[in-house]
Amino acid sequence: MAQLLPKVGGIFVQAEDELAAINMVIGASVAGWKAMTATSGPGFSLMQEGIGYAVNAELPLLIVDVQRGGPSTGQPTMPSQQDVFQARYGSHGSYEIIVLSPGNVQELFFLTVDAINLSEQYKTPVILLTEEVTVHLWEKIYIPDPGEYPVLPHYTPSSHNGEGFLLESQLHDERGYNVANDPEQSAKAIWRLINKIRNNIDKIARVEIKYADDNPRIFIASYGCTARSAFAAVKMLRRDGYRVGYLRLITLWPFPSQIIRSKLGDVDTIIVPEMNAGYMAELFRGLGYNVISLPKLGGEMPTPEEIYNTAKGVAP
Amino acid sequence: MSVEAEVTTTGVKVELPKSYEDIKDLIRIDRLPHIWCPGCGLGILLKLLARAIKNSGIPIEKHVIVTGIGCTGRIGGYLKLDAYHVTHGRAIPFAVGLKMANPELEVTVVGGDGDILAIGGNHFIHAARRNDDINVIIVNNFIYGMTGGQYSPTTPKGAKTTTSPYGHFENPFNVPLLAYAAGASYVARWSVLHQNELYQALLDMFKVKGFAVVEVLSPCIIYTDRNAMGDAVDLMKVIKERSTIDHNANLSDIDIDFSMNKIILGNFVKRERPVSYR
Ligand SMILES: Cc1ncc(C[n+]2csc(CCOP(=O)(O)OP(=O)(O)O)c2C)c(N)n1
Ligand code: SF4
Ligand SMILES: [Mg+2]
Repeated sequence: MAQLLPKVGGIFVQAEDELAAINMVIGASVAGWKAMTATSGPGFSLMQEGIGYAVNAELPLLIVDVQRGGPSTGQPTMPSQQDVFQARYGSHGSYEIIVLSPGNVQELFFLTVDAINLSEQYKTPVILLTEEVTVHLWEKIYIPDPGEYPVLPHYTPSSHNGEGFLLESQLHDERGYNVANDPEQSAKAIWRLINKIRNNIDKIARVEIKYADDNPRIFIASYGCTARSAFAAVKMLRRDGYRVGYLRLITLWPFPSQIIRSKLGDVDTIIVPEMNAGYMAELFRGLGYNVISLPKLGGEMPTPEEIYNTAKGVAP
Repeated sequence: MSVEAEVTTTGVKVELPKSYEDIKDLIRIDRLPHIWCPGCGLGILLKLLARAIKNSGIPIEKHVIVTGIGCTGRIGGYLKLDAYHVTHGRAIPFAVGLKMANPELEVTVVGGDGDILAIGGNHFIHAARRNDDINVIIVNNFIYGMTGGQYSPTTPKGAKTTTSPYGHFENPFNVPLLAYAAGASYVARWSVLHQNELYQALLDMFKVKGFAVVEVLSPCIIYTDRNAMGDAVDLMKVIKERSTIDHNANLSDIDIDFSMNKIILGNFVKRERPVSYR
């Protein structure tokens, strides 16, 4: 970024810390530029205050969190998927947010553009949640020409009726007037922020499903780097005659419950490998499936063999 | 000739050089070899700090070391005393908490230019303002060493780093001036080449009542590599040849710029100011 951004008229700044970084991109977004920042777990923790601010002030921006192992400084050079819930609700207060999880380098490219588009469309910060292994991978990718892939214009908040412009961190009405002491108006303001995401889940959320044609009763569901091992495991299982399907969450939040239910039909067991203490497995459990959680901590990816062996044990 | 040979937790047989004879009981030999690059100045500071602690007249069990994250932040892990390795930038507030709760302790923070002055910059000026009774050693290697060479608040304008590939656009801090302006009771600047002076400054620092700051210039190969300055030894030569000692220097005139034509060292500030919470 330091090399490339100045060549295309952009500005790259290495801020003094992540509190500064998130607030610099907030300022740039308000002032009319598309802005993004990238960090890993410890910095992502520091950015939570600013993320909450951008949600409430309805500012489009992109935050990339390249997950390493925690808690705290934890395993600073090893991958993990431990920030999935911090990405969802890491800032204080009630809100919903959009979080995308790329599975490979090509998708890192396209989901970055998609994430910025979603942030412009829904006027909210969007998080691209990836892992140390994914971003340090070298893979051949296709980069489209300008104009080939949709790019939304930048949304800058405007003043109400041409009055002076008010941006507010407290709950506010459409003029930017603080309504924090008014319970009814405050509730309205929070619900509007929440529902602009919740009411559009089927437009926002994406799931990749493969090998569903022969109605498998077992699915392996995963996301991000772990989905690569999951996909390899499904192919091995299929080769050996087991009917097992594959599901990958491209959108982690909002969680695509309806889409999963409608596409999976009669599945009874879902195996969820992931590099945390089994967080997303809980979400599948909440949908009523029999879930086998395969949490892996310590910095190593789950291997296709590990997933294969678990699935083989339960497959018909 | 070694003073001690021990098979360490890393499985490597390590021998401490003879110059460590007097402080071998303060070094965690089982954790060696250390992680630092050949030519790094941090090993010299480790030795001098251990020696100063040993000869400070303060019982060793009263000394504690607090470090944040970075190459410098690893120094506490090699010292055989209570050492706290905390999160990036937070060594000073952690140390302030320790000192408030237990004023008997001699609390010393050791941190890099990034750790203390970038992410920890706010804590630094406020601890100096309050004149909290702790010691802060800032290892200024002009860069974020551990993370592969991003610019730091002391990177001179024009210097190349991974995040300033076209030469750095920003102005650096003048650390002694900053420390003085924010309220520190004691301010010194030395380099790892000035072993006697640095050692004396560390001893002085332990005697100070209030916020004591020692800036230590230290060569880092990550910085010299990117700026075609040769290796760490070449930078040591530059520091040796171009530095002058002036205890009475005008602090607003001791910036270190990219040319390094002027490097002023000294024990600049020693003053009495009320100390916080005591
Ligand atoms: C919140 C947070 N942001 C970023 C990092 C990554 N990080 C680790 S060390 C470091 C900078 C170290 O530079 P400095 O303090 O100058 O120490 P040196 O390695 O040069 O001794 C950074 C940015 C981190 N650990 N935590
Ligand atoms: S990167 Fe620089 S500061 Fe870190 S060990 Fe190497 S020479 Fe020392
Ligand atoms: Mg440094």
